[in-house]
Amino acid sequence: MIWDWNWALEILPQLLTQGLLVTVQATLGGAVLAFALGLVVALLRRSRRAYISRPVGAVMEFIRSTPLLVQLFVLYYVLPDFGFKMTALTTGIIGLGVHYAAYTSEVYRAGIDGVPKGQWEAAIALNMPRPYTWISIVLPQAVRRALPALGNYVVAIFKESPQLSVITVVDVVGLARGVGSESFRYLEPMTIAGLFFLLIAIPASMLIRRMERRLDT
Amino acid sequence: MIQFDKVVKRFGDVTVLRELDFHVKPAERVTLIGPSGSGKTTILRLLMTLERVTSGTIEVDGQCLSHMKRGDRTVPADEKHLRQVRKKIGMVFQQFNLFPNMNVLRNITEAPVRALGVPREQAEEKARELLEMVELSDKALAHPSQLSGGQQQRVAIARALAMEPEVLLLDEVTSALDPELVSGVQSLLRDIARSSNLTLLCVTHEMNFARDISHRVLMFDQGQIVEDGPPEQIFNEPEQQRTRDFLQAVLDA
Ligand SMILES: Nc1ncnc2c1ncn2[C@@H]1O[C@H](COP(=O)(O)OP(=O)(O)OP(=O)(O)O)[C@@H](O)[C@H]1O
Ligand SMILES: [Mg+2]
Repeated sequence: MIWDWNWALEILPQLLTQGLLVTVQATLGGAVLAFALGLVVALLRRSRRAYISRPVGAVMEFIRSTPLLVQLFVLYYVLPDFGFKMTALTTGIIGLGVHYAAYTSEVYRAGIDGVPKGQWEAAIALNMPRPYTWISIVLPQAVRRALPALGNYVVAIFKESPQLSVITVVDVVGLARGVGSESFRYLEPMTIAGLFFLLIAIPASMLIRRMERRLDT
Repeated sequence: MIQFDKVVKRFGDVTVLRELDFHVKPAERVTLIGPSGSGKTTILRLLMTLERVTSGTIEVDGQCLSHMKRGDRTVPADEKHLRQVRKKIGMVFQQFNLFPNMNVLRNITEAPVRALGVPREQAEEKARELLEMVELSDKALAHPSQLSGGQQQRVAIARALAMEPEVLLLDEVTSALDPELVSGVQSLLRDIARSSNLTLLCVTHEMNFARDISHRVLMFDQGQIVEDGPPEQIFNEPEQQRTRDFLQAVLDA
């Protein structure tokens, strides 16, 4: 099989616009949800009330121990029976967000645990109310510590987003497969799709590593 | 102003304070000295409500730190009660503990704004006055990481004073500093002490500073007061052998 430049250039715009757009939407939507939900989960897990922290911990353990693929299936094919109707992409974003929230919550937790005891003690000595101790002192420092690891999860979500094709979301990989099966040539579309991931994931990883180094100093 | 009554503090099996009694009058400046591990920091942390007593009572300005009255019963203090008592107390730490995510001005204004509800502009005005007093007016917008240890500690002092405490607790506030920065912070504290009527409780290993700043010196050993007197007496003619040994050891160091 020989690489066909003309055809590659012909299908490129379509993959770039439609396909990549869906991939980016799924990634960003999933990441934003995972960041927000992960923070809420991290805070709930620190609750002194065991009837809050325990079940939340158990659910997260469950999510981490089952494949994303299965979770997507359940969301897409089972939830509508209970009256939840959403588009495939929305379902996919929720699936990615909830799945990765189980991981980002651990990142936040480590970030919170990493805030030195002296910071809490200074807050008490200044009589800061509890909520503001969290909002203006602990969380800003915890999130800063968590940023590189959170960045790594954005890359992970990006790379896992093609899994949404099992619930009929047509992302860049899905589209490449479609184009391939129409013409019986997979080389060009799949290579292009793979290159997209490389071209985005590598600079992103480099950026995160730079951020890590800057935060270390 | 401060009253310790048979205060016992244990950490697990270790008894750090043994039935400790002492009293500090309003506007009195008291320095705690004693060997490492004698319980000096623990006393300050108990006062700041960073630790709880095992038994006995501590009162600040007539209010008990560990318990409160509910009707005619005495119950363990809740957060609201603690916040009420803490209003009167400020603390400066050995390691400064500035908030690294805020600039200097914000470090000083955050607590007055959040804890006392002072309007931000008013808090900033006050903060700038305090920064002038600690000679850091030009650092208002700097970040803690951009300051020397001595400058950070002066910000921490300004931050504590911004809450207008009646009692100020100082725990070895110069021991984390480079030697050439120590005297600046000490003379600042001396000026503050002399120009205010703060009640001061100060832990230090700097005997000259203790002599300078305090009305009274308490010598501690193994969680108990060994000797109690004015600085001239403690430093010039100590009565107890343990005090003499301790002062000798500090001089030799
Ligand atoms: N959180 C804690 N858990 C267990 N033991 C503790 C704790 N805090 C203090 N201690 C112990 O209590 C004793 C007194 O400690 P403290 O810090 O009050 O001494 P200090 O007089 O301030 O000593 P230094 O001059 O070294 O600062 C020490 O033996 C210490 O190990
Ligand atoms: Mg100490």
